[in-house]
Amino acid sequence: MTDLSTRSVVTGDGGRDAASARPTRRRRISPKARAGLWTSYLILIGLALIYIYPFILSIAASFKTDADATQNPLSLVPETVTFAAYERLFTGVPFTLWFGNSVLVAVVVTLGRVFFDSLAGYALSRLKFRGRSMVFVFFIGVLAVPGVVLLIPRFLILQQVGLYDTYAGMIIPLLSTAAGVFIMKQFFDSIPVSIEEAARIDGAGQFRTFWSVVLPMARPALVTLIILSFQGSWNELGHFIVSRQSPELNTLTTGVASLVSGQLGSGNQFPLQLAAAVLMTIPVAVLFFIFQRRIMNTTAGAEKG
Amino acid sequence: MTGTASGSRRGGGIRRGEARAGWLFVTPAVAIVGVFLAIPILLALWVSFSDWNGFRSPLNPNVNFVGLDNYAAITTDTGLDQRNFGRAVRNNLWYVVFVVPLQTIVALLLAVQVNRAVLRGRGFFRTAFYFPSVTSTVAIVVVFQFLFTASGAVNAVLGFFGINGPNWFNDPSGVFHNILAAVGVTSAPAALAESGPLGVTWWEWLAGPSVAMSSLIILAIFTTSGTFMLLFLAGLQNIGAEVDEAARMDGAGPVRTFFSVTLPMLRPTLFTVLTLGLIGSWQVFDQIYVLGGSTAGGTITTPAFLAYQTSFDDLKWGQGAAIAFILFVFIILLTLFQRWVLRERDPKGMGRGGRRAGRGGAADPRRHEPDAASAAVGADPADRALLTGADAREDGDAGPRDGSRS
Repeated sequence: MTDLSTRSVVTGDGGRDAASARPTRRRRISPKARAGLWTSYLILIGLALIYIYPFILSIAASFKTDADATQNPLSLVPETVTFAAYERLFTGVPFTLWFGNSVLVAVVVTLGRVFFDSLAGYALSRLKFRGRSMVFVFFIGVLAVPGVVLLIPRFLILQQVGLYDTYAGMIIPLLSTAAGVFIMKQFFDSIPVSIEEAARIDGAGQFRTFWSVVLPMARPALVTLIILSFQGSWNELGHFIVSRQSPELNTLTTGVASLVSGQLGSGNQFPLQLAAAVLMTIPVAVLFFIFQRRIMNTTAGAEKG
Repeated sequence: MTGTASGSRRGGGIRRGEARAGWLFVTPAVAIVGVFLAIPILLALWVSFSDWNGFRSPLNPNVNFVGLDNYAAITTDTGLDQRNFGRAVRNNLWYVVFVVPLQTIVALLLAVQVNRAVLRGRGFFRTAFYFPSVTSTVAIVVVFQFLFTASGAVNAVLGFFGINGPNWFNDPSGVFHNILAAVGVTSAPAALAESGPLGVTWWEWLAGPSVAMSSLIILAIFTTSGTFMLLFLAGLQNIGAEVDEAARMDGAGPVRTFFSVTLPMLRPTLFTVLTLGLIGSWQVFDQIYVLGGSTAGGTITTPAFLAYQTSFDDLKWGQGAAIAFILFVFIILLTLFQRWVLRERDPKGMGRGGRRAGRGGAADPRRHEPDAASAAVGADPADRALLTGADAREDGDAGPRDGSRS
């Protein structure tokens, strides 16, 4: 619908004026439009400051003393630059352990999702088997389940199967998502089937074909899946609240959350908390900046709603 | 093109292998999702109808079926449980009332500004606005607590304008109550002081979001507007600059063009953003958990958090599960409504399954609208991200549409 109307407008008007309009467009930018552009810049720069300043301020404050951070909340330059907060993070708080746990969980979950989701997505897209549409409907249905109502159910099942408070319990439930399966299926739907057919005619088995012919072709989709899986499991909080209780199994999210609520006697020590927030943001930030173009073209990112 | 082509012209032998491989390939994913998502939901449904107290397994024979008791305790039985639930609903309702429109407007504003064809540095601006969406809620809450503390940066800025800022995250007073107090109304009129739904008086229902909740509303807008900006950007790029120029040449000013041409054409995206926002903002949990949940006089507690708290802290498992299920049904209804509307509006959408949308996208990326993807996606924000991602990815690879503009 939308598209049709778009086109008719374009041809109806643009067609008539195209020849004369194009060459003159540059000159037309003159006073009024330029004023508009400047207002745009002003609005954007103002907004960008609002979005960026909190982060810069936080980084600055993590190098301040507790008193300095409280008394000069707006200053970007510490009175004296101190690494005390970072030192405490690594000596007084098991931050390294949390970091290690987060890395472990995020890496395993990402690898698992890439493998299981593409396997299932490929089967749903390409392989004929009885019950395929049923499986597909199952995944579509599961997509609608809001994550936040899974807290109690996940705890119950982990207790029931004896995986509560283990790495396995933290990792296995996250190893596959309906959305990941769906992405991969959509991707396989969109690429031509001819290359695999050639491989099949050469006598390669289903898994061989998948592993050495199809998967390498799916790189764009896999990169998307990797980025989002890593980001998602790195930032995951709810599942790690209900799947474990031992302090040794804290990830960065649960660990830093305990810092905030002052469980470790860190009540109002802003530099310490901010240093933790800065360090836990670095891996996703690096990922974000490396794949920036791809992410911004593509993802909707994690929503905090 | 793919689904139909494969298989149909194959011989029986290969086909049998294909069926086996098909099941082998989907089994791990089905098993993981089934065991850790579908079955647990059934287990929790049972718990919500039982008197399980957290001791041993919820399936042990000493656990009794109690019918709708747990649901009644939070909805119809007068008492503290009912009032807590009512307050949580009220808190979340105000949150939704403010977050959904505001984040949509801000996201649209950002998208329209960033989308200007002649603008330099659009990459920088997009990065700046999107970055908060990438970071974890925990880190954002830490930053916000620092900014919004009584002597923090926000109050320092307000101080420049001679405003004495509140103690944000610890202030339980309702914003509307405060406004009324400013004009001298400090207590409830008799008509509103008595009763109200869910054991909460009308006066309390009308309090507005508490000051503490307002800081969370700002936090939500801060973190989600970048996400929705990208959706709007995709929508705007589907429309293309030509339409805009055409309208301008017909003599419409920029404001007029925006409201009479751009906005109507963005309607599908707008609907998607509004409903996704609506679905998402009934699921606030992380922020509340990090802040400790019952601070600010319980005015930031949401049903999602209350379900957790009732089960894990108060050990009333049945009641907690009941709250979670009420929320579950409510969100599912919102999601179904969204899917239904988008299916009507967008015949190549996801309503009938992914095949058509996938194919449409491959054949002609320009026709690929973000709505289809988001419509198919459920309520889970992370999942939603995944899908939108996969979708637009095709666009990005298929054509230089975006590249030519930046």
